Amino acid sequence: MLWLGLFFVLPVLLMAAFSFRPDMRGDFLQPWTPTLSQYTSVAAIGSYWRLLGISALTALGIGISAVVLAYPLAYFLALRAGPRAGFYLVLLLVPFWTSYLLRVMAWKILLGTEGVINSFLIYTGIIQEPLTALLYNRTAVILTLIYVWIPFAALPILAALQRIDPALFEAAADLGARPLRQFIRITLPLSLPGVFAAFFMVFIPTIGEYATPLLVGGTRGFLYGNIIQDFFTKAANWPLGSALSMIMLAATMILVVIATRLVDLRQLFE
Amino acid sequence: MNAQRGSIPLSIYFFGLIILLYLPIALLFLLSVNSSASLSFPIKQLTFDWYWKLFDAEAVLRSARNSLVVAFGSSFAATLLGTMVSILMLRYKFRGQNLLIALSVLPLIVPYVVLGVALLLLFSVLHVDRSLWTIGIAHTVVALPYTLLIIASRLAGFDSSIEEAAMDLGADYPTTLRRVVLPLIFPAMLSAWLTAFTVSFDEFALALFLSGTQPTFPVYLFSQLRFANRLPIMIALAVLLMLGTLILVFLAERIRRREA
Repeated sequence: MLWLGLFFVLPVLLMAAFSFRPDMRGDFLQPWTPTLSQYTSVAAIGSYWRLLGISALTALGIGISAVVLAYPLAYFLALRAGPRAGFYLVLLLVPFWTSYLLRVMAWKILLGTEGVINSFLIYTGIIQEPLTALLYNRTAVILTLIYVWIPFAALPILAALQRIDPALFEAAADLGARPLRQFIRITLPLSLPGVFAAFFMVFIPTIGEYATPLLVGGTRGFLYGNIIQDFFTKAANWPLGSALSMIMLAATMILVVIATRLVDLRQLFE
Repeated sequence: MNAQRGSIPLSIYFFGLIILLYLPIALLFLLSVNSSASLSFPIKQLTFDWYWKLFDAEAVLRSARNSLVVAFGSSFAATLLGTMVSILMLRYKFRGQNLLIALSVLPLIVPYVVLGVALLLLFSVLHVDRSLWTIGIAHTVVALPYTLLIIASRLAGFDSSIEEAAMDLGADYPTTLRRVVLPLIFPAMLSAWLTAFTVSFDEFALALFLSGTQPTFPVYLFSQLRFANRLPIMIALAVLLMLGTLILVFLAERIRRREA
């Protein structure tokens, strides 16, 4: 409790306090008169809000895509793979144990102007000039992140599917439900907590993502996390960065509260 | 059998996607055995030179060692805390219990960039120099939800009357804990530790804000990505590290199966 208080609650409170600070001058602990100036300046700059919106939409799209693509994987592992499921699961997870940054780099190598796709297309004579549109944009960021998250998204869905009592399938079949109807009425609703958990396990890291945009996104692919990182490193405007972080934290919390209203995530851990 | 319908398209999808997931990794591996530092078709010559060069690249090896130190330290701390909180959570009733549980799981829903800058602020205010310690502390915070959930679900899975039986037979609580509870949850502790280890070992977003003069492997890797000719060496190390992780995971799985 003490540990969490010291290294989790305190820093967040401190950040909240810092976001009400007028500027960076003076010692860190020197008292200051609280001001809303950071928030008003954030509010005045439309591009921050636009970027927050874009980042939320991007994370939403990535979360949904990763979940939709991962669902059949989990379904296969839980209900169809049979005795070799454990081995297949390891097979699915190995990419996830490869360095995250390097997997992002792999996409840079794939998509770059001297990258694999371009040099292959030139080699085969399909194109003469390298395509520059592949890398350094938001599409590259989205593609890369979906790729990175698919194995991870499969895990909570798998856990939820494994929890379903097989007797339910038999009962449904005995009562004459066709496979599709069986899936829609039984399997899908019962796995929903896993689906939501998977979505948030992708969505939350993605909305704060700043490394992938730096590597494959370029300035055109920047996300909200990048401006926070900028204000704490290059620009060294910590109060403004704190205000931006608080806004992101609040936005995330609101979404999570809405989600827990929709689905009882605690079912997953019981 | 009716339940098996749709198996074939599903397995085609599964293995198709597996191949897609492995392609970029295969590409990386290819780069690490390619004689030139850029990968363009056709591939000229294969070599293991990069792997040999790795042993002279001291800064690279040191960063890997730093990552190992941080991952070992933070995963032990997170497992210990996770075990303690699980036992407190499921075997005791006290005021502020719900608050403790909520707090322990909350780091799961805070974006890393937010936690990273918040900790950076804290350490700056306290005049603590950034080091491997600061990274380790951050990793313990983010690994705790995972270890807690893994251990708590195992602890909830067995009947607490076993403990009562041990106490009735005259064991005091520490003995019961040592002789009954801990052996029962040991497999869960192991997989919790492993999860925490992998979370920490590959973590970049927090470490970038909190690293001082000693970078971890992801942070060092990031600083080197600008230089294309450094990439094959870094990949060579990553390949070796991945093999190491695989061995570790297989060993842990073995132990877990035997215990369970």
